[in-house]
Amino acid sequence: MSADSTPNDPNVSTTKETANPAVDGSELIRFDKVTKRFGSNTVLDELDFSVASGKHVTLIGPSGSGKTTILRLLMTLMKPDEGTIKVGGEYLTHEERGGKLVPAGERHVREVRKNIGMVFQQFNLFPNMKVLRNITEAPVHVLGLSKDEADERARELLDQVGLGDRCDAYPTQLSGGQQQRVAIARALAMRPQVLLLDEVTSALDPELVAGVLDVLRDIAQTTDITMLCVTHEMNFARDISDKVLMFDSGRIIESGSAEKIFGDPDHERTREFLSAVL
Amino acid sequence: MSEITPGLWELVFKGLWITVQLTVYSAAFGGVVALVVGLARTHRLWIVRFVSGVYFEIFRGTSALVFMFLVFFALPMGFGWQLVPMWAAVLAMGLTYGAYGSEVVRGAVSAVAPAQREAGIALSFTPAQSLRKIILPQAWPDMVPPLNNLLIELLKGTALVSILGVGDISFAGQLVRNATGQSGPIYTVILVMYFVLAFVLTRGMRVLERQARAGIGQAPPKKGGLTSRLGIRQQNQIAAGGEG
Repeated sequence: MSADSTPNDPNVSTTKETANPAVDGSELIRFDKVTKRFGSNTVLDELDFSVASGKHVTLIGPSGSGKTTILRLLMTLMKPDEGTIKVGGEYLTHEERGGKLVPAGERHVREVRKNIGMVFQQFNLFPNMKVLRNITEAPVHVLGLSKDEADERARELLDQVGLGDRCDAYPTQLSGGQQQRVAIARALAMRPQVLLLDEVTSALDPELVAGVLDVLRDIAQTTDITMLCVTHEMNFARDISDKVLMFDSGRIIESGSAEKIFGDPDHERTREFLSAVL
Repeated sequence: MSEITPGLWELVFKGLWITVQLTVYSAAFGGVVALVVGLARTHRLWIVRFVSGVYFEIFRGTSALVFMFLVFFALPMGFGWQLVPMWAAVLAMGLTYGAYGSEVVRGAVSAVAPAQREAGIALSFTPAQSLRKIILPQAWPDMVPPLNNLLIELLKGTALVSILGVGDISFAGQLVRNATGQSGPIYTVILVMYFVLAFVLTRGMRVLERQARAGIGQAPPKKGGLTSRLGIRQQNQIAAGGEG
């Protein structure tokens, strides 16, 4: 099957049952003229971009340039002021009713966003639940998995992130790096198509960063999950990225392969930024 | 001048039982009111916040005693039926202390980190699931100490019902005083009874708090010297903070 199959192609399933459609390079995320303002400050300015299924995209740029806002918009933690966002061919923030595009209802948003998982800078584990329940709670109560199924999935994921023996710990009993690895497992337990990583190592002590990045490298290599990553770890970005987007003042000023952006960027601003952080 | 006879003691202990019942029923009803109104005051719809805010302000700013009179004496004229004094009292106390409690619930719920809500959204929980599984369990340990104070206030506030002729311990105290002609002994006894009740409640709430804290992975408060063993120190600190 060629990579550019049409939507009418009978081999391309568009039903929701396929949690992870084959990585065929089709478009999974599309931002269409998305604008986001905070007061008079325009954080994103008519932003257009798309991400192909299965790709690992890293967003870099100075703070305040809108990188994290993109992740938060995708996670529906905030709403765009203008423009539309599509995930897997469905509008995330809008729905079509009678041929018109109207702001989406809570139910629609929840349905589309089940395809998206997020790992936060501050981990945000639930302190009132032990590690295992942090991971199983959403699969059981949102996806409707049985307790046993969810437990099994959670234990596999905990093994994968190297914490198979900490099921019964409370999050406060773990180090930051361990908490973040649990948070990664928690996001993966929902089997999302898209994983959003929001500066996931910024809050960690330096010696704990490597363990978390190793886990993410492993996921990038062994799964076909689409990753959007905001990070200041440029070596990590270079390792895993299929594509790097350089942001400045709410616009993408340059994009390209990791080799291109880190090796020989076209834009003066990109060069300045990289020389400052590398 | 005469002794407190066994018959009078019986009155006192019946009164004690009435006080306990009043406290338990009012606390149960007030707890429900506090939870509902407190959550309504953090609701995302402004109209819900507004209505619950109005309720809170009215009941915080009015007297439980006057409201009790209103329920007991005025309702019958308006509706043609009368609550038994006991239930009129429970209604008035529950609505009033529920309003105070709603402030505790609102404060504790607002104090849960917004990031926890966001984590709930990221896992596609419904707002109701998020509240039940994430927000309330984390807010609960912070609610227990101030609710304990309110509960003690409520216990002592139940003495108001003696004015409606409900036979609680304060009412029994008046009867005994009239019968014996002495105020000192009986009111000392009743004072001690209130203290013992309050102390038992406080100990119970301390156990609740410790369990609640353990339930969110926080170590229980340290056990130390005599004062902390008696559970007095922390109460004093809260009382001092509240008045200061």
